[in-house]
Amino acid sequence: MGKTLNIAPITRIEGHASVSIHLDDTGNVSDARMHVLSLRGFEQFVLGRPVEEVPRIVPRICGICPWHHHLASNKAADACLGVELPPTGRKLRELCQMMAYIPDKILHFYFLAAPDFVLGPDADYSVRNVVGIVGANPELAKKVVHMRYKGQMLLEKFAGKVIHPVAGVVGGFSKPLLEEERKEILAGIQELKDFSIFTIKFAREEVFPKYLDAVKILGVFPSGYLGTVRPSDGALELYDGELRMMDKDGNFDQFTYPEYVDYIGEHTEPWTYLKFPYSRKAGSLNLDENDPVGVYRANTLARINVCDKMATPMAQEELEIFRKEFGRPTHLTLLYHWARLIELVQACERAEELLNDPEITGREHRAKNIEPRAGDGVGCVEAPRGTLIHHYKTDDNGMVTMANMIVGTTHNNAPMNLSVKQAARALIKDGSYDQGILNRVEMAIRAYDP
Amino acid sequence: MTKVTVAEEWLNACAGCEIAILNVGDVLVDLLVNNLEFVHIPVLIDKKYFGQTGEDKELSIPEAVVGIVSGGVRNEEHKEVLLEMRKKCQILIALGTCATDGGIPAMINMYSEEELKQFYYKDSPTTDPAEYPTEHIPPLLDQCYALDEIVKVDVSLPGCPPHPDWIAGAILALLDGKTEFKMPERSVCDACPTVRESKKGIADIKRLYMAAEYDPEKPLNEMRCLLEQGLLCLGPVTGVGCGGTKGAPRCISARVPCRGCYGPVRKGAKPLVDYMGALASVGFDPAKMPDRRGYLARFSGAHGVLKKIG
Repeated sequence: MGKTLNIAPITRIEGHASVSIHLDDTGNVSDARMHVLSLRGFEQFVLGRPVEEVPRIVPRICGICPWHHHLASNKAADACLGVELPPTGRKLRELCQMMAYIPDKILHFYFLAAPDFVLGPDADYSVRNVVGIVGANPELAKKVVHMRYKGQMLLEKFAGKVIHPVAGVVGGFSKPLLEEERKEILAGIQELKDFSIFTIKFAREEVFPKYLDAVKILGVFPSGYLGTVRPSDGALELYDGELRMMDKDGNFDQFTYPEYVDYIGEHTEPWTYLKFPYSRKAGSLNLDENDPVGVYRANTLARINVCDKMATPMAQEELEIFRKEFGRPTHLTLLYHWARLIELVQACERAEELLNDPEITGREHRAKNIEPRAGDGVGCVEAPRGTLIHHYKTDDNGMVTMANMIVGTTHNNAPMNLSVKQAARALIKDGSYDQGILNRVEMAIRAYDP
Repeated sequence: MTKVTVAEEWLNACAGCEIAILNVGDVLVDLLVNNLEFVHIPVLIDKKYFGQTGEDKELSIPEAVVGIVSGGVRNEEHKEVLLEMRKKCQILIALGTCATDGGIPAMINMYSEEELKQFYYKDSPTTDPAEYPTEHIPPLLDQCYALDEIVKVDVSLPGCPPHPDWIAGAILALLDGKTEFKMPERSVCDACPTVRESKKGIADIKRLYMAAEYDPEKPLNEMRCLLEQGLLCLGPVTGVGCGGTKGAPRCISARVPCRGCYGPVRKGAKPLVDYMGALASVGFDPAKMPDRRGYLARFSGAHGVLKKIG
């Protein structure tokens, strides 16, 4: 009889999950699964609440990407109440979306992912972490901590709270941006942009080339992709646009937020609390890593695959380098890290554009004369981990009667499972495994984290 | 100097508390290099419960002087991890309002497990109806608990998330050999610079889709108290601290009312009852308040505060 390896908890990710790897009598992998161990129930307990309060509740779905939940929820609440935003209010929200992206991507690349790349997947667990990074390159580590902190504090100083934000309100934003605040934030963003450009160059030239072998074998399988694009030209969008669902060959459908129910279904398996979204067009879901059906991925690599181009110039240059090397779509899971840094550049450039837009300091930051009403609204944004879909219905008093949410990690449940299975099968042979090998299996999951 | 060992765990949590630890900022790197030794912290270090190759039969966490736990206790695994942390750590810190009072996830305490699963696995508009999962996942407890309902807690640092000032303050106090660190037992109003005019007679409560009145060029101490403006601000019944040791309340800085994220002003306080008094004091009829439980127990649904409906 074979044995089961329990990898718990999965570490250096945001969230609670474990992996079980089942070995047969010969010591080869018969199955491998990722189990999500909690179910919190946000869809249940926002029922009966005033819809404008929901954006103040749902940020607790994720403390790493609370702004994105806050903003998607605000959009859904706006739609329920039929509110049109003044341009300044819309731009302030988008600015916060960009400013929230920047420290998150710095955190993920350097703190969560880098130990595997800089110290190596076989380094002992006691040094294969941020403290090890500090030891290996103290100057860079100090700079990383400082830049991430700076990004967070710029946002906190302007918007009150940076973790579990409150400044997005139905109809827009709770306060205007003053000119002196604009200048201070712009200076900070320019510094962060320089650091981001340093980071992608450093990663592209010194980090990724050493691991191209791993990139080509770890967690690789064909799948579809979901992301947001700008309707006018198909450029990668992080804040607002239309959704694109691509199949594994690169064909895609493009649709508006409320149409999501026609394109996405959710399947349940008995061994994890988390559901498995799949592409409705495929008709069903099959979790076979060699010939998956209905499986699509979200998050950075998905957005880079579905878009026709980047929305800003330096990010576009980086996309061209990436596409020349890997094509479109590319199914190499570890390239999520590379795609993440291309998006980091776009987020910095877009924040700079917004801060240079005269409307950003306008005083019409919030729509007036909002009234409760019965409504049905879907709000989406791209969170670091993938598309957030918040769908609410309200009664005549603007109280929530239905809430359906599909969030970044959920979209990636099927692909994370397939990546784990593929990586485990590729690496564990004839009962031979060690800590380094099991860490490589986890690396396939870490790629999908924020 | 010997480093103080620290173990950190998250239970029914969102990682906001862990990000708040990182937001201690530049000081953190020095602490990590010189003073603290994390022996277990899943968000940053690969230490495993069942050994590094996953073959041990029992869950185990290394011993540490200080244990930090965020999140409430919602399932059997959370409980097992918490009991192990208590066993292995000399001083246990409950970090964040989920750990101290249940936090937002404890709003689920109003509903049954059947209601929760019925929508999630059967009725949701995108879901293919299915049986509920049961294999290889920890069963849910009957409700979401605060840590002190399960184990003894030595230091409580509420906040959603806690301000880095308090996290740094508690760590530095412990490094200094102290075994206690207490948050002040005052309300958000005590740290709020807005102006109370104490004129009774608010016409109507304003819901959050209505804006506060203020001049953005003028500082907070020239804005009228939001509760007096009719906005449901929970400052009077919420513990102080979101602005750190010195700053103004965070939500007020964003010109929106407090929603209670630091939990009750003191242990055992009854925000539901106390807030009715606060509303009456500004001349509003408390009976007119919509969705009372949804406002007043939003962050403090553990300790039996929120009970199932029906």
